[in-house]
Amino acid sequence: MDTQALWLTLRLATVTTALLLCLTIPLSFWLAFGKARWKIVVEAIATLPLLLPPTVLGFYLLVLLGPRTAPGRWLIRLIGHPVAFSFSGLVIGSMIYSLPFAVQPITSGFSAIAPEILDAAQLLGANRLRVLFEILLPLARRSIFTAAVLCFTHTIGEFGVVLMIGGDIPGVTRTLSIAMYDQVQDFRYAEANHTAFLLLAVSLLALLFVYAWGRQVRRA
Amino acid sequence: MPETVFLTVDITHRLGTFDLRVNFSLASPWTVLFGPSGAGKSTILRILAGLTQPQNGIVTLQNRKLLDVERAVFVPAGRRRIGFVTQQPALFPHMTVRRNIAFGLHSLALDQRNQRIVEMLRLLRIEELSERVPAELSGGEYQRVALARALAPEPKFLLLDEPFSGLDADLKESILNELTVWLAARRVPALYVSHDLAEAYQTGGDVIVLEHGRVETQGSIEQVLAPRREQLLRQLGVFSRPTPAPVPDESQTSRRP
Repeated sequence: MDTQALWLTLRLATVTTALLLCLTIPLSFWLAFGKARWKIVVEAIATLPLLLPPTVLGFYLLVLLGPRTAPGRWLIRLIGHPVAFSFSGLVIGSMIYSLPFAVQPITSGFSAIAPEILDAAQLLGANRLRVLFEILLPLARRSIFTAAVLCFTHTIGEFGVVLMIGGDIPGVTRTLSIAMYDQVQDFRYAEANHTAFLLLAVSLLALLFVYAWGRQVRRA
Repeated sequence: MPETVFLTVDITHRLGTFDLRVNFSLASPWTVLFGPSGAGKSTILRILAGLTQPQNGIVTLQNRKLLDVERAVFVPAGRRRIGFVTQQPALFPHMTVRRNIAFGLHSLALDQRNQRIVEMLRLLRIEELSERVPAELSGGEYQRVALARALAPEPKFLLLDEPFSGLDADLKESILNELTVWLAARRVPALYVSHDLAEAYQTGGDVIVLEHGRVETQGSIEQVLAPRREQLLRQLGVFSRPTPAPVPDESQTSRRP
């Protein structure tokens, strides 16, 4: 078992999930309640990683974040080293790849809240922050939790994007799925079997957790 | 209670085929908005509350312009200090009754807030419900909590869209009595949508009759609703004596097979 890869994967999944929630909660708020006509374009872009092959996404990110493009050069100047083949690159790639898994459930959770509830909060003088923290987040907590678990498990199992943008550097970019790929390439099937079982167990546990918690919320 | 005009409304709003054009002012502490379904009563209340923005118009409450579409004036709902209770109000489902009432009291100090909550719980006779969540309330209890929540911030003007439709007659009468006393003590005028003549008479204010998005009549309850009351009483057989049915004579009965 490649424990270095395991901890790197867990760290990547945790950072990606935390940053994605910070980004998608305001984005989903805007998608659910905003009135801009062009929000349909943002919705489509946010869903695109769901359909795009991970290698295609990884390739574009590799080009975009590399020194050949203006955004890539700007990022290198900003953080002092190339984003590609680094942990930061993996986080950016994972965030984009898992974006639909966060945006879809949170936007649906917000949209399911009766408009009369929001009208009441507005009439009682609540500003947008109070509406978000006291009404929307508690009422959509199940959707937010589902989004968090989906992002976490999706990041743990991703392969194409991390390989394209991060390569296979032990301790820096080698995640569990890449370690397993290496094990199979080297005919170390017993080790690959352990890694595969671990990935399977994490995914199953996460789903069991979501369903059990969902049932508890429904009963409450 | 205000004796002079405190609210002036001149609005135009089109929604699909429905065309609302109303121009009225209120001076009475209680005004009942009468009219059939689809006449535009709820739309007027939503516009006054600041939840719907009309295509054109001006709304002035106690010399403060809340809306002037041409001059791009629109005071948001939360800054109007208008209480609004609808027929199907939405309590916050994840909060207890106490927290629901406290929601609009954010700016008050803790002791004042608690004092106001207790006052509201007593007024609406819901003290024993304070720690329950909305899912544990009956229809009538739910309505009373919604009313308590709307009154708690002491609004300058109260909008009531058939808020007592779920209550039994005795409870409705007693709450209406206490509510009118409470509002009178705080000089808070109310605009009240109702189809119930008895309720309208109990409040003893003015009436606006609305038909197809237009104000048909406005005046005191006695003037405007007296014909309707007489018609209702006639239907109940109170005014008109029922004429006896003609007794068929012998020849008519004998002709029947």
